[in-house]
Amino acid sequence: MSAMYTLGIDVGSTASKCIILKDGTEIVAKSLIDVGAGTSGPQRAIDMVLSEAGMKKEDMAYTLATGYGRTSLMMGVADKQMSELSCHARGAAFLFPGVHTVIDIGGQDVKVLHIENGTMTNFQMNDKCAAGTGRFLDVMARVLEVKVEDLGRLGAMSKKDVGISSTCTVFAESEVISQLAMGTDKCDIINGIHRSVAGRVAGLAHRIGVVPDVVMTGGVAQNSGVVGALEAELGCKINTSPLTQYNGALGAALFAWQAANR
Amino acid sequence: MAKQVMPGVLALRKVVDDVHKDAREAKKRGELVGWSSSKFPCELAAAFDLNVMYPENQAAGIAANRYGEMMCQAAEDLGYDNDICGYARISLAYAKGVRVSRKYDPETGEYIIDPSTGKPLKDADGNVVMDEATGKPKKDPKTQTPYLQLDNILEIEALPDGPEKEKRLAAISPIRQMQIPQPDFVLCCNNICNCMTKWYENIARMCNVPLIMIDIPYNNTVEVGDANVKYVRAQFDQAIHQLEKLTGKKFDEKKFEQACANANRTAKAWLKVCDYLQYKPAPYSGFDLFNHMADVVTARARVEAAEAFELLAENLEEAIKKGETTTPFPEKYRVMFEGIPCWPKLPALFKPLKEHGVNVTAVVYAPAFGFVYNNIDEMARAYYKAPNSVCIEQGVDWREGICRDNKVDGVLVHYNRSCKPWSGYMAEMQRRFTADLGVPCAGFDGDQADPRNFNAAQYETRVQGLVEAMEANAKAKEA
Repeated sequence: MSAMYTLGIDVGSTASKCIILKDGTEIVAKSLIDVGAGTSGPQRAIDMVLSEAGMKKEDMAYTLATGYGRTSLMMGVADKQMSELSCHARGAAFLFPGVHTVIDIGGQDVKVLHIENGTMTNFQMNDKCAAGTGRFLDVMARVLEVKVEDLGRLGAMSKKDVGISSTCTVFAESEVISQLAMGTDKCDIINGIHRSVAGRVAGLAHRIGVVPDVVMTGGVAQNSGVVGALEAELGCKINTSPLTQYNGALGAALFAWQAANR
Repeated sequence: MAKQVMPGVLALRKVVDDVHKDAREAKKRGELVGWSSSKFPCELAAAFDLNVMYPENQAAGIAANRYGEMMCQAAEDLGYDNDICGYARISLAYAKGVRVSRKYDPETGEYIIDPSTGKPLKDADGNVVMDEATGKPKKDPKTQTPYLQLDNILEIEALPDGPEKEKRLAAISPIRQMQIPQPDFVLCCNNICNCMTKWYENIARMCNVPLIMIDIPYNNTVEVGDANVKYVRAQFDQAIHQLEKLTGKKFDEKKFEQACANANRTAKAWLKVCDYLQYKPAPYSGFDLFNHMADVVTARARVEAAEAFELLAENLEEAIKKGETTTPFPEKYRVMFEGIPCWPKLPALFKPLKEHGVNVTAVVYAPAFGFVYNNIDEMARAYYKAPNSVCIEQGVDWREGICRDNKVDGVLVHYNRSCKPWSGYMAEMQRRFTADLGVPCAGFDGDQADPRNFNAAQYETRVQGLVEAMEANAKAKEA
């Protein structure tokens, strides 16, 4: 029997990610474009993943869209759409079969998922406020004149605790500017920012209950500073994967495979 | 085919229309018209034959008619912070004379139509007619409405009689919530929330009218103690005394007893209507209950309200027998909707629920208005218990009882920016619902009256997530 390929597309608020899966088990290709819903990002990500796999859209047995812009792909691109909540749960369970809690920090929201037997049974999401999200870290990195991807490394060099007490992105930005004006070391400020994010996300996680194994997904999981601060807040180990940014797309491709086999 | 409306629903609509009409006519006759909080003991005012209007119900109507943002902003312009309850802001702006009005050409007197309004024009076959010039659907002129602006009734009334005054009066939005007379007195009971106290104090000061206050302290035990009952009873006596002074009439005990009998009859019929949501599938949706609340708030001491609810209960009994429902989709999942709906965004609220077959079969807000009592002490005890005046144990117990009886698969919680006390304890309640009932809960941000606090895309994701969790739960149970 020939192989079955499924495509998962995660159209987030700040990035578009795709994964092509072979027989629901093997990742054949992946792509990431740094713009999300409402941009050329989704189509470019699709083109890129197909090109990397050397395949055509018609080769996909099933395509499933997820993420903030998921419904926009229902006009002829995807066969089905599902929420990013379930897709992150499925992706995390694929990568870490013992997972019970998924913490996903995306571009504009934070979600904490409770997983039983690989399926999401309950969840908590942030309110409308952007504090504690990827966007919060983007704003802070811009003020500090550093790259987002360097935040983890720089925060690790901190020697002194600096509290960033504002939870509001706008006020926290002013607070960081004040700290810079006072000559506070950037690394200490970054560490303070990480702890501020971790405190807010931990509050959300405690609402639903933190049951190990804990997995963190989304782009922010690449920031070792946030992961470390969150481990300290929650008092447990947090698992991450190099595929963290693709986790939603992976979940979507897995659900696509399941749908294709129905 | 046109949707069939149950006779009970039509009767309920007439009752509310009559409440408004009676108040407008009473005002014209020079009689006193009051404004009351929704859970003030209306039986007291009824004993004096007073016409009373309900600002909470009015604000909900104004918000549902998409005037919430304009009125909230008007209140903010008066100096009220936008963190204050949206109902309060709308009501305070209204008390200050602010009215939503239709814009007209001063020369011709014709209303100026807002081209962005209206539904798509359809041809005889029901197809949308496209505008060749723009490539967009043409608008049905019959459904287009004028531009809106704010006017002030106090300014208009101060004008000399003449065409300008007439035009401006006629231009005020004709919805009944924009035609409520200014108050001659206000009745406030803070069992529903504490913002109410300041809200009514402000109206009283603004309009220079007396305030009759019944204070219900937060109840930190499940039982209402005898001392608390005594405290409320004494306030009933004081309120009666104030109403006697206000009206120049003696308290009529017979009228009071009749009003109590009517209110109890309404409450019992209302609770019966609420209980029909226990059927699976339910004969109607919890969103219908929210609509019927207008009657239980504004007319519960009227015999016509009791009769209308009894008729609706009969209609629902029939619907159950025939296996019919007013819910416009097959019921796949049943949820408790926690909190007041986002009135300005009802279609957006309903859309993903309909899409996923989610029926709202439990709401705590509705049966909370079913005050049943046998004597005045019990009446004081009944009014002591409202969703925001009871401790969390009582609040959880009420909700979990409804969830069990009405067989819900999940809970959808509205974190209502207008209602801090209600939303504040929901995080803990959500945790208990999941622990005690084993159902998933999803929360979303919104507001009962101010549309600026709601985001449809965020809401849709949360509803979809809830549906997927309910599906997973159902599969796990099957397995």
